[in-house]
Amino acid sequence: MTVNRVVITGMGIVAPNAVGVEAYRRALCEGKSGISHQPQMKELDFGCQVAGVPDISDRIGDAFWDTELLRNSNSSMKYALIASVDCWRDAGLQLPRRDSETDWSTAAIIGTSGGGIDTIGELVVPEVEARRVRRLGSSAAERVMVSCMSACVGGLLGLGGPVTTNSSACSSGTEAIINAYWMIREGRMDRVLAGSSEPASIHTWACLDAMRVTMRKSNDSPEKAARPLSATAGGLVPSAGAGILMLENLASAQARKARIYAEVLGGYSNSGGQRNGGSTTASNPEGIQRCVREALEVAKTRPLEIDYINGHLTGTGADTKEIRCLSAALERTLAEMPWVNATKSLIGHGLGASGSMESVATMLQLAHGFIHASINCEDFHPEIAELAPRVPQASIPAKSRIALKTSFGFGDVNSCAVFSRWDD
Amino acid sequence: MNRDQVRKSFIELIKPYVRIEQPESIQDSSLLVDDLKVNSTRFVDIILETEDKFKIRIDAETDMDRFERVGDAIDFICEKTVAA
Repeated sequence: MTVNRVVITGMGIVAPNAVGVEAYRRALCEGKSGISHQPQMKELDFGCQVAGVPDISDRIGDAFWDTELLRNSNSSMKYALIASVDCWRDAGLQLPRRDSETDWSTAAIIGTSGGGIDTIGELVVPEVEARRVRRLGSSAAERVMVSCMSACVGGLLGLGGPVTTNSSACSSGTEAIINAYWMIREGRMDRVLAGSSEPASIHTWACLDAMRVTMRKSNDSPEKAARPLSATAGGLVPSAGAGILMLENLASAQARKARIYAEVLGGYSNSGGQRNGGSTTASNPEGIQRCVREALEVAKTRPLEIDYINGHLTGTGADTKEIRCLSAALERTLAEMPWVNATKSLIGHGLGASGSMESVATMLQLAHGFIHASINCEDFHPEIAELAPRVPQASIPAKSRIALKTSFGFGDVNSCAVFSRWDD
Repeated sequence: MNRDQVRKSFIELIKPYVRIEQPESIQDSSLLVDDLKVNSTRFVDIILETEDKFKIRIDAETDMDRFERVGDAIDFICEKTVAA
């Protein structure tokens, strides 16, 4: 069977701290937080009243929007469309006209945890319960689909490969990249737009608030609220956004002289089966370790070759467990660990979008030779104190060669991807 | 509101739905779906917007055939608004 090498030739990002790849690179370098006070959460008596919501107001004037597309898009669709168009252009491709030929050799896999839920919460439930079904209009059905994002992106770009949405909670974004990797590696597609998008939904966040897994102690200082690896981490900070990456067959990328950010060496997704301490909401440690080891096996990478880990690290009690699992899987003591940081300290927990927004951050760090600050962990968690020197609290230059991206999700699901810097 | 005003207002309303190169070429004789390439799925949105804009009620069972042609739709709106 043909085994194709898979590279990243374009990226697009809509994150709470920046929209656009270059702005995101700067925000990461500067350790800029995208977490802000949310008046609606306060008004509705949420315990956590801070969140990360991307500001896309400057991007709604972009030429690809028409009135119909704009009116019929919910927040996760808007984030996915902006990130996909940016990614497409970043990959050196022209946006097709609406009457262009179908592009049969490009696919899209855009994951989500709760895509469409903003439309359900803000439009469908209130209108139906007020007996105003006819007022829903024609596009509610398109917007409540979990696959609303992949559908609108596929239509805009005229994609003719599989156009689909994967959903595995907070593992969705990294899982999408891994699924795309296999599609190209096995020669089924030349290019796959892969990533994820998550709506800014007060209703999703309410459910997390009710679980008491959100940070409630930092409503007056939003930028301090997301505290992965900190002794005073008190819960996750919910956020929204999208990250989209163009995965491409190396031969195709080289033939069209595309700029290459990084190579996807491999990846693996699994579940801990909700056994051995795992549950719907907690990971089986063995599942995480197996996922890392299998990802390294696929990537033909030895544990000592990992220079940098972009962790899942949410700012909950699961952080120390994750670090211990990674240490065990890599057979490296905490003091011997590679560089580790938590992009969630800057952008909050983007749920289904987290894996892709953090993968874009990983690519930028590999390509530009730095490790961004993992902020708000100045009071490092004492149970993993030996790791502290490996977690930069200010951005540092670092020529990492190989990075590991981990993402975990409710349902005891795991995804780990291995990326390598690209040297021309 | 006289017919010219209704016409101008209705054409502005449907422009975002029209998929032709020159929306200024919309005529009273234009068929929304066949000539102006309006996605037929969006017809219900045009109906809802028309209700809102002209403060009228359109019966989806009996009035929809009046919206096939631009001029007929304008006449229908004029009748409804006068009646109101």
